[in-house]
Amino acid sequence: MAHSARRDSPKLPDFSLLKRLAKDQLVYLLEQLPGKKDLFIEADLMSPLDRIANVSTLKQHEVDKLYKVEYKPIVSTSDQLCFLIRPRIKTVKWICDVANADKAAGRFRRYKIIFTPQKFYACESVLEEQGLFGDVTTDEWSFYLLPLDDDIISMELPEFFRDNFLAGDQRWVRTAGSTLHLLHSIYGPFSKIYGIGRCSKMVYESWREQVEEEETKARQAEIGNVFLIDRDVDFVTPLCSQVVYEGLVDDIFKIKCGCVGFGTDATSDKNVKVMLNSQDKVFNEIRNEHFSNVFGFLSQKARNLQTAYDKRRGMDIKQMKTFVSEELKGLKQEHRLLSLHISASETIMKKKTKQDFQEMLKTEHSLLEGFEIRECISFIEEHIIRLVSMIESLRLLCLLSITENGLLPKDYRSLKALFLQSYGVEHLLTFANLKQLGLLVEQQPGETLTAMESKVGKLVNDKTAGKLTDAFSSLAKKSNFRALSRKLNLVPKSDEEYNLRVPRDMAYIFSGAYIPLSCKLIEQVLERGGWTGLEEVTRLLNGHEFSVTGNNGADLRANNDAPRIVVVMFLGGCTFSEISALRFLGKEKGYKFIVVTTAITNSSRLLEALLENHMRPVNT
Amino acid sequence: MSFITANWNPLGDAFYRKTELHMCWNLRDSGLRDSLVAAAHYGGPIALLREPQRRSPSSRPQLEIYLASGISITSFPWKSGPVVHIGWTVTDELLCVQEDGSVLIYNLFGSFKRHFSMGQEVVQSQVLEAKVFHSPYGTGVAIVTGSSRFTLATNIDDLKLRRLPEVPGLHGKPSSWLVLTQDRQTKVILSNGPEMFVLDNTSCTPVCPPGLSPQYGSVVHMCVSFSYKYLSLFTDTGHLWTGSSNLQDKLSIVDTKKKTTPNQMVWCCRPQSQQLSVVLMWDRLLLVAGICGDTIQFPVDDPCVLVGELDGVRIINSTNQDLLQEVPLVCQDIFKIASMAPGALLLEAHREYEKSSQKADEYLREIKEQSMLGEAVRQCVEAAAHEYDANTQKSLLRAASFGKCFLVDFSPDQFVTMCRELRVLNTVRDGAVGLPLTHTQFKQLTLQVLIDRLVYRQFYPLAIEICRYLKIPDYQGVSRVLKHWASCKVQQKDLSDEAIARAVCVKVGDAPGVSYSDIAAKAYECGRTELAIKLLDFEARSGEQVPLLLKMKRSQLALSKAVESGDTDLVYTVVTYLKNELNRGDFFMMLRNQPVAQSLYRQFCKLQEQETLKDLYNQDDDHQELANYYITASYREKRLETRLSVLQKAVDEFNKAKNEFAAKATEEEMRLLRFQRKLDDEKGAGLLGLSLQETMEVLLSLGLHKHTEQLYRDFRLPDKRYWWLKLKSMAEKHEWEELEKFSKSKKSPIGYLAFVDVCMKSNNKSEARKYVSKVTPEQKVRAHMVIGDLEGAADAAIERRNDSEMGALISSGKSSVKRSSNFIR
Repeated sequence: MAHSARRDSPKLPDFSLLKRLAKDQLVYLLEQLPGKKDLFIEADLMSPLDRIANVSTLKQHEVDKLYKVEYKPIVSTSDQLCFLIRPRIKTVKWICDVANADKAAGRFRRYKIIFTPQKFYACESVLEEQGLFGDVTTDEWSFYLLPLDDDIISMELPEFFRDNFLAGDQRWVRTAGSTLHLLHSIYGPFSKIYGIGRCSKMVYESWREQVEEEETKARQAEIGNVFLIDRDVDFVTPLCSQVVYEGLVDDIFKIKCGCVGFGTDATSDKNVKVMLNSQDKVFNEIRNEHFSNVFGFLSQKARNLQTAYDKRRGMDIKQMKTFVSEELKGLKQEHRLLSLHISASETIMKKKTKQDFQEMLKTEHSLLEGFEIRECISFIEEHIIRLVSMIESLRLLCLLSITENGLLPKDYRSLKALFLQSYGVEHLLTFANLKQLGLLVEQQPGETLTAMESKVGKLVNDKTAGKLTDAFSSLAKKSNFRALSRKLNLVPKSDEEYNLRVPRDMAYIFSGAYIPLSCKLIEQVLERGGWTGLEEVTRLLNGHEFSVTGNNGADLRANNDAPRIVVVMFLGGCTFSEISALRFLGKEKGYKFIVVTTAITNSSRLLEALLENHMRPVNT
Repeated sequence: MSFITANWNPLGDAFYRKTELHMCWNLRDSGLRDSLVAAAHYGGPIALLREPQRRSPSSRPQLEIYLASGISITSFPWKSGPVVHIGWTVTDELLCVQEDGSVLIYNLFGSFKRHFSMGQEVVQSQVLEAKVFHSPYGTGVAIVTGSSRFTLATNIDDLKLRRLPEVPGLHGKPSSWLVLTQDRQTKVILSNGPEMFVLDNTSCTPVCPPGLSPQYGSVVHMCVSFSYKYLSLFTDTGHLWTGSSNLQDKLSIVDTKKKTTPNQMVWCCRPQSQQLSVVLMWDRLLLVAGICGDTIQFPVDDPCVLVGELDGVRIINSTNQDLLQEVPLVCQDIFKIASMAPGALLLEAHREYEKSSQKADEYLREIKEQSMLGEAVRQCVEAAAHEYDANTQKSLLRAASFGKCFLVDFSPDQFVTMCRELRVLNTVRDGAVGLPLTHTQFKQLTLQVLIDRLVYRQFYPLAIEICRYLKIPDYQGVSRVLKHWASCKVQQKDLSDEAIARAVCVKVGDAPGVSYSDIAAKAYECGRTELAIKLLDFEARSGEQVPLLLKMKRSQLALSKAVESGDTDLVYTVVTYLKNELNRGDFFMMLRNQPVAQSLYRQFCKLQEQETLKDLYNQDDDHQELANYYITASYREKRLETRLSVLQKAVDEFNKAKNEFAAKATEEEMRLLRFQRKLDDEKGAGLLGLSLQETMEVLLSLGLHKHTEQLYRDFRLPDKRYWWLKLKSMAEKHEWEELEKFSKSKKSPIGYLAFVDVCMKSNNKSEARKYVSKVTPEQKVRAHMVIGDLEGAADAAIERRNDSEMGALISSGKSSVKRSSNFIR
């Protein structure tokens, strides 16, 4: 039931090189501080580091003890302390506290901070302010990219989203540019670069600058195309409930750095950590499947397994011997994986087949279709009143606002009031954030902009309409979802039966209700070789689109795969559903997509990033 | 051939020759006699300070600067103090050591660069004598003062004055002295009457050169070779002692038979010299004394100046200039009369070939028989390098080229390189350029330095041509020249800013490695801020512009350039700078126009300076953000009263921001807080900080129905919420009778399915069943399903004739349903 790949499907470049590079540099940096040292690692760097260098590698390079950065006084007895951290002021301040405490106690130690992926002036200025600039040496570990799987590379920078889109802090732009530059210098030169969104454009320019600073050599390209996309181009997709297996696992168990801890619900053992990637044969076959197919597949698999086991009946000794030596191990392994995924699926089933979830999906689909909006609103109201889940409520509110191009003033107020009564007044700040991002806004009084626009569009030519829209967009960030959906045919007609077993388009990842906008844009642009013919769409998306043909000495041979290898870089995160959709698209069109993202996201990560951090713990 | 050896003079087993170099000056009368003269090594410029002893303001000494070819560069009256010594640095700058110990530095064009002093005490004691010397560290200056103390600075660009120890028994100046660099140490060797001393940083050691017994008299003059390897001493008995400069070995002692002290004495040697010699000059005589004891005498009619070079001595007089050098071995081999060296034969062969004579073949055959053709070619090429005359060079190179034809597998590199280098050398030797460099000097000097020297002389087009001709990478070649040209161009006072900026842009274009910001920095140094700004506009990397802009106090521009560069670190640098530079108001105003910088600063403040954040919002009248700030701040307050007052501020700001909704919500929160506090005090309910819903839940669970009612009314809760709360609380407490009563109190705003749900949640199926009938027809099927009554559900579905609900039923996968649905169909 996994789709058979096209035979001419191009091969992916080998990304394990990225890991090797990162490891070598880290080792080099550790060697720069000779002698035994204790290493303090920032909490969110633990898992990525683990994928690059394990404890024994660190020990080989004279790392004595490993600690997690916990913002508390330290207990280390070593004379040399090394800190491996993200360039965050908070952490640097803590290190200053540590160093100052040592000073006060008359203790002499050597301190070294390794910032990854780069250092910021702001961090160094903290050291300067605290008078420790000379006492602490700093270094950069340019660990930009962590390959999570054959076709997923993550920058592991979840804060990119909030910093860039909410706070307007562009410090990560250059980092993203350097990331692209790294890929370019190893797997390039790129022959075509497309993009949409303000940040994408800036990243592109930063990359361009870095390329221009060095000489170019003709190389055999391994990656031909690059597509850059801002997360704020498409908020609808990450806000929808995921129903593809990998996405569901992420929503429920939270996949962290390609690794998931199936809680006690899932397996009989306590909290098993499992790596989820293409190495896991069972997972590889179901990860992109709609959940409704997963059980059928798994039980089929179980039957096959049973048959394979059964073979040993009636075997003679010799056959048995070969069976044990050749097949049994594989079968055992498969058995283990199978039981793991079956129990995970059971947990998912328990949660997701409940009536509530069905109702919620129905509401989502209505919202996407723009159908029975009043019913949806009362569903959301009830959802809020019953304290079902704060994040889910916010998610539905945002989805409502985006698809409807803002809420009616009356609804806007009453829903917010309901929410505040349920979850406390501090969410005024949450609403301010959501408003700033255009996720939850009020319709401009009078009429809906889309209606107005379509009227205007019919009357006058496109150019004036464009100007008018510009004028409107200054009033509020609008999503124009409805218009986009019509233009790009994002919502398939609902009267037809959608066969989820044999998907016909990317809509299958949302049970056939919606084709993800982000992926549709990629499909269209690749098909057209640029943005021509999509002018109306880009106008609705507030522009910032670009498409550039590279000419830096690409050594294009006839049978090169590079033109069909496409890197899609999501700035601000992407979801597993989008990755599944792109994999599907790749199989259909003969592309291979490599997803590079600032982090893997989903609706709850996206919304949690917009809460203010001093708030009470989230009660989900 | 004979004429080439015409000017050869034998000295021991070597030959010395005098080659005339181009010289176009014609100094009148006094000429070199009454002047201080400084001629730089490597064919460097010549400076004359005429009649330096003149002091009166009406007639001042004249300082003249010439190229080595005698072309005047500049000339101006000397207006500073009396000069004791002049000399050139390695970078073609003129050092003028004054009597008071100050050293003035001028460039080639006579414009003053800077000055430094050789020490305060010198002002009193005065400089008696000074010397400029070169070492691996750069150019140094040494002086001896009126109090007989030596002071030296080894590198004038990194000035460290060293006062050397006292010399016993020395009064006034010593009879002779010099500076030399040995084993990375700079020393002074001096003679005082019969005694000789070596002075270093810490000690003064009396020395006695080996073989120079007292009978030869006392040393009155001394000189050291170009490489500091050899030393020669002249005694008052006319003897010349030569030996190693560390005074360990003697080379020879020659009796010159002249008792008078020579005016100048210079070593004449070359790398791989066969016969070292010392050139001594008296008023009417030039004597070349070889260490073998032989001498050559040249008569002189004019006063002249000797300039020691790496491979010879330049002799400059008031009309012409000669290069005296030992004839290189390879030239001897080729040109010596009746030489049978392969090179000589090849040259002859070629000559015959030109004459179309068959003798050419004979000569060639002879060389080939000895298999020396390769060697012959090499000799010709090498000899060409040492010849100054272009025609001789040509004939040698032609011969080499001719010989090359008969060789297979012979690398042409040496030949090609030599042709190119000679072409360059012949060009720079031209009078107009005036750099009479020999090939040996050129190799020692390196091409880089040659280009620098051309650049110092402002021969920009030539320098660029040479770079292109020799195919030097742009970074090291053309770009360097352009950079220098541009830095020089910006100093032209007679041109407008506009014109200069345009000229620079046209020429420099986007040559790699030329930084417009460096050029702009130069312009700013010369006080041309406007020009600097114009030039900065050409800088492609905005990041590069920022530091200079800050220096020029164009902070606004610096900030926008930093933002443009996309480098947030740079923006941050500027912001921090501005924060310290400007007063707060201006600083905030500036940020206001730069959203990128502003959000960066806000981020910083959020982490570091909360108070500043408030001011920032205040300045911008951003009431909404200000209100949000207060909301955030209220959570940091522990005491209720302060918390309320902070919230009140938030309310005020919300009102100013015309955000009535938020203002009202905040007011309600304040009311709620007061209510919670009251109840906490009265009943210890632990409500403070809970949301409205949570508060009511707690109240209901505590059975405080009256207070719940009060909240319901006060906060005008929607009925739906109230009903849900009641419902849930009753079900949790299993108050089924109450629940039933409540359900009948009026029509439920939340429908009756909810009743079914809550009952089922408490596993009370019988209670749940009571409400199924009250559920609206649309929800009937679901209600039946919730209580697990599939038959009922099926019936309801049939009643409603709703296919999708049927579908839902079927998909729930119960066989019973399937059966019934089959039955229906």
